Amino acid sequence: MVEAPPRLTDEALEAHLDAATTLLGLRMDADDRASTLAHLRATMEAARFVAAFPLDDAVQPAPIFRP
Amino acid sequence: MSDWPTRTATQIAAAVAAGEVSAVEVVEATLSRIAVLDPRIGAFTDVVAGRARAAAAEIDLRRAQGKPLGPLAGVPFAVKNLFDIEGLPTRAGSRINRDRAPAERDATAVRRLEEAGAVLVGGLNMGEFAYDFTGENATDGPSRNPHDLTRMTGGSSGGSGAAVAGGLAPLALATDTNGSVRVPAALCGVFGLKPTYGRLSRGGVFPFVYHLDHVGPIARSAADLALAYDALQGPADGDAAVASRPLEPTFPGIEDGIGGLRIATLGGHFATGGEREAFEAVRLVAGALGAERSIEFPEAARARAAAFVITAAEGSALHLERLRSRPQDFDPAVRTRLIAGAAVPAAFLAQAHRLRRWFADAVAKVFEEVDVVLAPATPCRAPRLGQTTFELNGETVLVRPNLGFYTQPISFIGLPAACVPVWLDDGLPLGVQIIAEPWREDRVLRVARALERAGVVAAPIAALA
Repeated sequence: MVEAPPRLTDEALEAHLDAATTLLGLRMDADDRASTLAHLRATMEAARFVAAFPLDDAVQPAPIFRP
Repeated sequence: MSDWPTRTATQIAAAVAAGEVSAVEVVEATLSRIAVLDPRIGAFTDVVAGRARAAAAEIDLRRAQGKPLGPLAGVPFAVKNLFDIEGLPTRAGSRINRDRAPAERDATAVRRLEEAGAVLVGGLNMGEFAYDFTGENATDGPSRNPHDLTRMTGGSSGGSGAAVAGGLAPLALATDTNGSVRVPAALCGVFGLKPTYGRLSRGGVFPFVYHLDHVGPIARSAADLALAYDALQGPADGDAAVASRPLEPTFPGIEDGIGGLRIATLGGHFATGGEREAFEAVRLVAGALGAERSIEFPEAARARAAAFVITAAEGSALHLERLRSRPQDFDPAVRTRLIAGAAVPAAFLAQAHRLRRWFADAVAKVFEEVDVVLAPATPCRAPRLGQTTFELNGETVLVRPNLGFYTQPISFIGLPAACVPVWLDDGLPLGVQIIAEPWREDRVLRVARALERAGVVAAPIAALA
């Protein structure tokens, strides 16, 4: 198992969200900020959980998935 | 009120074929029942009465002329409103999409059911852009659980579950990206089938997550699911993910029973987190099937996490331009999830897709030892309308992203799964997933039918008076 990445801080999440929305050209109302950050935290935690699993380089994604 | 709308598809088709009732009578009774009851349920967003009457009259004419009738002749059906219906804008549960031009032709699945003789009666409510497990909708109002109108239907195919449970249509089409057939089937106490990924064409279906979207039927019996599933099979027709496979009818073998099938209950992720009664429902089903063994899908929690990531990232990419141009027209509960999903780094998305392959291979090894596995469909019974959180694994979490806790790892790798309705007491139902290896819908449906025959699962019409 690879080493766990550093804790996802509120500051890092906010900085990432601001950068990403700017780069993507998305406006975000102040009223949406707390909810969006909560969803981003949940999604990033899920993503880091996935990324922490060691996969052999030979494991391929499939352009058209066949179960 | 005539009780034809509350019969199963199989019963209606048999009665129409035998001349016991005309397709027109069945459709008129169905339209009347929708008009009387749907204002309380909120299942329908569009009723296509003229089209339905004309189609029913055509079926009756064919019968009078001695022409062959399809296996679903005269069976009313309705479709989640992300299936194209010629002449209507395909809402996909959204405010934004109703500004689209009317669809020029029906979705493939709609056409296939009609070719089998079924009669389209309307479009059904759903969670906005299918990013939902509740069945609530900020624009059209919620679909309400017919068994308790203060409770959720589950989503995103909420109208599909509600229409069938309320006896407004014996058959509905739904879609399932992470659980949107199985969650509403479970909470509304009806049968649902999510076939293998790539089995049924999504032609003419508004997408959500290309890599995860499935089409499937919801009905009130296992035989009805089989009839519909068989009619829905066919060429890709606008869906590049459809596998090149022959037709594999399931209806002829639906009564074959469970003899020879190795059945186990899923442990690990699927045996933790939910309320006690979710596992009681699984135990009841396992007991009836003589399934004593427990088996695990390795890394199922991580698989769910990967499905979560792919959904967030790819669903957001689909809607990026709409998020830029019309952010105010999204349901805020959907908008904030989509904005968050747009910020997922590509490296994480790629890793989630690679985990999908790994997990599919790992699960394939499990299926060398068993043929069918059982798992809860949802962690709890239907939450109250408006309820935003519930308890999962001892933590308070949001309802909308988390009702699919047990369904997500299954659809992630495209396994076929039926959801069967279990009634533990006088309260609301719970669903149990019956899951098989890819392309073995026949096994899933045989087990569902065996349980139905044993009286362990059933889909009674809600007592709406």
